[in-house]
Amino acid sequence: MTRISVRVDGASYDDDVEPRTLLVHYLREQLGKVGTVVGCDTSNCGACTVHVDGEAVKSCTVFAVQADGAEVTTIEGVGQGGELHPVQKAFHEMHGLQCGYCTPGMIMASIDLLGENPDPSDDEVREGIEGNLCRCTGYQNIVRAVRHAAADMRGNGSGPSANGHVAPAEVDTAAAPHVVGQA
Amino acid sequence: MTAVEERTGTEKEIGKARRRKEDARLITGRTTWTDNMVLPGMLHLAVVRSPVAHARIAHVDVSAAQEAPGVVAVLTGRDLAEEQGSLPCAWPVTPDMVNPGHPSIAVDQVNHVGEAVAVIVARSKAAAQDAVELADVDYEPLPVVLDMEQAVQDGADLVHDHLESNTSYHFVFDAGEAGTGADTEQAFADADVVVSRRFVQQRLIPAFMEPRSVVVQPQGDNYTMWSATQIPHILRVMLAMVTGVPEHKLRVIAPDVGGGFGGKITPTPEEVLSLLVARRLGKPVKWTETRSESLMTAHHGRDQIQFIDIAADREGNVTGLKVRLLADMGAYLRLVTPGVPVLGAFMFNGIYKFPAYRFECDGIFTNKVPTDAYRGAGRPEATFAIERIMDELAAELGMDPLELRRKNWIRAEEFPFTTVAGLQYDSGDYETATQQALELLGYDELREEQRRRRESNDPVQLGIGISTFTEMCGLAPSRVLGSLSFGAGGWEHASIRMLPTGKVEVVTGSTPHGQGHETAWSQLVADSLGVPFEDVEVLHGDTAISSRGLDTYGSRSLVVGGSAVVKAADKVIAKARRIAAHLLEASEDDLDFADGKFSVRGTPGASLGIQEIALAIFAAHNYPEGIEPSIDAEATFDPENFSFPHGTHLCAMEVDTETGFVKIRKYACVDDVGTIVNPLIVEGQVHGGLAQGIAQALYEEAVYDADGNLTTGTFVDYLVPAASDLPHFDTGNTVHTAPGNPIGAKGVGEAGCIASTPAVVNAALDAVRHLGVSDIRMPLTPERVWRAIHAGGDGGDRASARTNAQAVDSSDAPSTTGGAR
Amino acid sequence: MIPAPFEYARPTTVDEVLQALAEGGEDVKVLAGGQSLIPVMRLRLAAPETVVDLGRVAELRGVREEDDAIVVGAMTTHSDVLADPLIRQYAPLVAEATATVADRQVRHRGTFGGALVHADPAGDLPAVALALDADFVIAGPEGRRTIGASEFFVDYLTTAVQEGELLVEVRLPKLAGSWGMHYAKFNRVAQAWSIVAVAAAVRREDGRIAEARIGLTNMGPTPLRARQVEEALAGAEATPEAVAAAAAHAAEGTEPSSDLNAQADYRQHLATVLTRRAVSTAAGL
Repeated sequence: MTRISVRVDGASYDDDVEPRTLLVHYLREQLGKVGTVVGCDTSNCGACTVHVDGEAVKSCTVFAVQADGAEVTTIEGVGQGGELHPVQKAFHEMHGLQCGYCTPGMIMASIDLLGENPDPSDDEVREGIEGNLCRCTGYQNIVRAVRHAAADMRGNGSGPSANGHVAPAEVDTAAAPHVVGQA
Repeated sequence: MTAVEERTGTEKEIGKARRRKEDARLITGRTTWTDNMVLPGMLHLAVVRSPVAHARIAHVDVSAAQEAPGVVAVLTGRDLAEEQGSLPCAWPVTPDMVNPGHPSIAVDQVNHVGEAVAVIVARSKAAAQDAVELADVDYEPLPVVLDMEQAVQDGADLVHDHLESNTSYHFVFDAGEAGTGADTEQAFADADVVVSRRFVQQRLIPAFMEPRSVVVQPQGDNYTMWSATQIPHILRVMLAMVTGVPEHKLRVIAPDVGGGFGGKITPTPEEVLSLLVARRLGKPVKWTETRSESLMTAHHGRDQIQFIDIAADREGNVTGLKVRLLADMGAYLRLVTPGVPVLGAFMFNGIYKFPAYRFECDGIFTNKVPTDAYRGAGRPEATFAIERIMDELAAELGMDPLELRRKNWIRAEEFPFTTVAGLQYDSGDYETATQQALELLGYDELREEQRRRRESNDPVQLGIGISTFTEMCGLAPSRVLGSLSFGAGGWEHASIRMLPTGKVEVVTGSTPHGQGHETAWSQLVADSLGVPFEDVEVLHGDTAISSRGLDTYGSRSLVVGGSAVVKAADKVIAKARRIAAHLLEASEDDLDFADGKFSVRGTPGASLGIQEIALAIFAAHNYPEGIEPSIDAEATFDPENFSFPHGTHLCAMEVDTETGFVKIRKYACVDDVGTIVNPLIVEGQVHGGLAQGIAQALYEEAVYDADGNLTTGTFVDYLVPAASDLPHFDTGNTVHTAPGNPIGAKGVGEAGCIASTPAVVNAALDAVRHLGVSDIRMPLTPERVWRAIHAGGDGGDRASARTNAQAVDSSDAPSTTGGAR
Repeated sequence: MIPAPFEYARPTTVDEVLQALAEGGEDVKVLAGGQSLIPVMRLRLAAPETVVDLGRVAELRGVREEDDAIVVGAMTTHSDVLADPLIRQYAPLVAEATATVADRQVRHRGTFGGALVHADPAGDLPAVALALDADFVIAGPEGRRTIGASEFFVDYLTTAVQEGELLVEVRLPKLAGSWGMHYAKFNRVAQAWSIVAVAAAVRREDGRIAEARIGLTNMGPTPLRARQVEEALAGAEATPEAVAAAAAHAAEGTEPSSDLNAQADYRQHLATVLTRRAVSTAAGL
């Protein structure tokens, strides 16, 4: 056992862990932070993405001992004062999730991306979340959500956030005219 | 809530892009996946799995594992042989279908890599996994059967040596014999043109994002099972039948489930084993798979070899279609394994007016993990074959592929149309959908660019692929399922509980795993009952709450389950009407019901809301004689026909002829899924389906090596596409309501997946057909495309050695190795 | 899955690392970023007795300028490499290749030195290091030694770093003259490793290619230099035809593997196409 001290989502923890304990298992099993999930064992799917000292990492590919002394943020800690993070809001607004299993990791990766590039293009978003697999959405609404959040976080009235109350299906898809005609 | 979503009196919920109710818990990580469950005293299971594809089990020694720290018990197949029963197959597609039985844990023989041979029960997950490596199993190898075409030869090695052959069944549908079409042999004898092709539907892995997980809690002789399943209701019945735990002592809960796509549609060996272990030890247990376990042992999909012959006259009128399939069952039959190709049997004719049709399918055993449903189940295979062969026929005739389709498809005025396969297509307009899709794609411009690239001999060629599809979904009319020997019906159940405060609980038997039932059902009920969307709560996935149901698959939820909800709401209104008449002192016939209120015709101001009636009937101080004091209601809906979504999918594809790399330039589709309850959800379903259909065309393939090890055993080698690997989709809809259900919906969950695959492959072929290429095997790896261009053929087999980058395959299963590389 | 248990050491200096390696016995593994090691341990394809974590060895991190070289600490993460102005200025090929490594999460943890010592033939950085004639500084019980890239990559997943030794830094020579560079990576999906990739650095002089250095990824058990191409390019006219003619030699002498992603003959074909494209881009054609 090795003693570690970590701050997770704003609270401090001192715990004994086996060196082999993966950060994700420490979070889930010792801290009960089950919002972060495991989707694979080869670092491909990104479902377990959290931030360690402000950087997105795959918590299934980090030992808990490596996070000793670090500040960890999970999906459970990204909201501020009861408010959702703009990226969380955008995933909801733009229907950027279906089953929701990849969503925590996808949101954490997206926040990391927007920290580096506050105004990404569609292609930049697609590349920015290439480490996260989603099997439900086909990614298109995730891309929309990330760009929507980006505009929101920039406080940019001319971005998609200006139309925040309009359904994505009515914003930028050809579905709109066909759907609108429905009785 | 944002401004546009505030209800303004009569504004309809159906058709509105409601944001999902489900999201709040999912975007915050405050939800319940099965693996999140922790129960006092809970033990953890790990499964020792066979590293060989076919062998007799000579000896199992688990003594070292038994002694390992933290290990509570180790159970072998021998220990559980008497009580494990056989995993059920609900679909004997022919009277003489051979079902070898499906043990949850191997006793004497293993028939695929990854089959369970022992179960470790330990205090922690780590202790259980550590002990897996200590189990010592001796295997006497048997010949491995992997190739279907070899497996059906006389004298072939057998998967099950107590059977006479590797063929489980031979299923035939002959339109001439069925009286739904002309004689097929004659049609081919008379044909001007016959085109024959062999297509391969590669083996796929559903690869839902949430690995499967099971928790079982015994309480006396009662058991509660939480499972990441699509089918809690069916699972409960099947577990009762398999294990002998009486059905009423068993409660199954599917909490939030992270995707299924058919992959969670079957009772699994691990569900049975978890129940057996919990029963034996009297302790709660949990089993959660790793991704490698999932890819290796959760059922696979597709895997057919298709021999397709099409007959036509010189003008391009199709005159006959013959389909012969070899369908890989894998080593055993799971819930609907044999039925998957049969679900396709009636769809190979697609949207075309074939006068003659014959379908034959052999279900074949191999030493691979069983196949079962995967998004579309039978219909993607059929759609692929017909949409590919139509292109081949067009090439043979020198016709434009779209013109050939147009010449043969059912015209809008011909609906309802009974096809050569005997199905009655409900509604649609293929021409309009096609026109809109062509506009979305910018078809003419791309054709012009294609011409330029060809003329300049550009190394990057452009092609446009077409798929005009329909599918049968909304599974299903119970009587039809009965006529096909399916073991259950296809109805769905719902109930509505009107709470005293006017809030509404809707209980649905259709169990979601990402589809957004809670939102869409709320919209249905809000419209039906005239109550606010926010006042509706949808309950599901727990057999103690939702007692009757047949769950979610086959694009059935809205069509069948949603219809049951609407029917239940109708009954609530009917019951409330009597109360309203009583309280308003009016005749029932004089009451109008609109916007949630009963009002007396001709008496302004005399009205009573249904939510007020809920309170009044809760108090029950004043209600008519002779009725029960309740306006709750339930309904079971059983459709009389399938529904038939259709659409036109167009793909523009760039092919780098120097490297074989293919890249989708643009993808456009117009789908008709009937009434759209929530356009956001519909669009999302189409997007997700497209991603999976495109992935079949371009990326995914379960590859086994010559020994029967799954080479694509991790996400390093089984290529689920990421955002950067997929294009933007331009989607649209036409709406022709389905006549067969009160909503008018046709089903959307599988459409994108069914339609897109042939559009993508046709596009690649259209780009290089002038270079002499007429087929490329899926997935279109760059290597296959390059070989097809430069060496002919369909690109051939891939090497089955795993990639050299941190990969693993099932030959590295934990029970056999441990050392450093 | 959960890795097998191991002893854990977390030294803070290179000397302590060497001591830990010496004490760790036969089956000791160095944990750099862990992005290759941890998955392999999770699958229990590796089960070292001891893991020596370099995470606290501050002296192994960072990029600095030293005379005619850029010195990259072995524990510098891919993200830090990408953000580094010296790398951008003097070794854009490294930045370009690093940007293609896995995904942003992996690049936050994965390290420059770790990727090179792992020496996966499908990894992107080895061929770049080889093309740039990087020098590798290795610390051991006897002190430090420096070897060239051509001697560093020994075999499949094997480098010149011996048991008890540690790669501490990599020296990338500042290239003099007018160099253009390009890394042409070919893979099927974003996350996948290279099927084949080509690292090209080209110096142009008076409309000619004065000098070219070509590194090949995944064309054999180790990264390779395409020497025949380099020779054919030296002094050649900077024309598409001359580049194509030279690139046709790219696969000569290579013995790439046949696996799920590609068979050997296809890899050899790809090498010629990608070499032509990489050199053309690097030469500004």
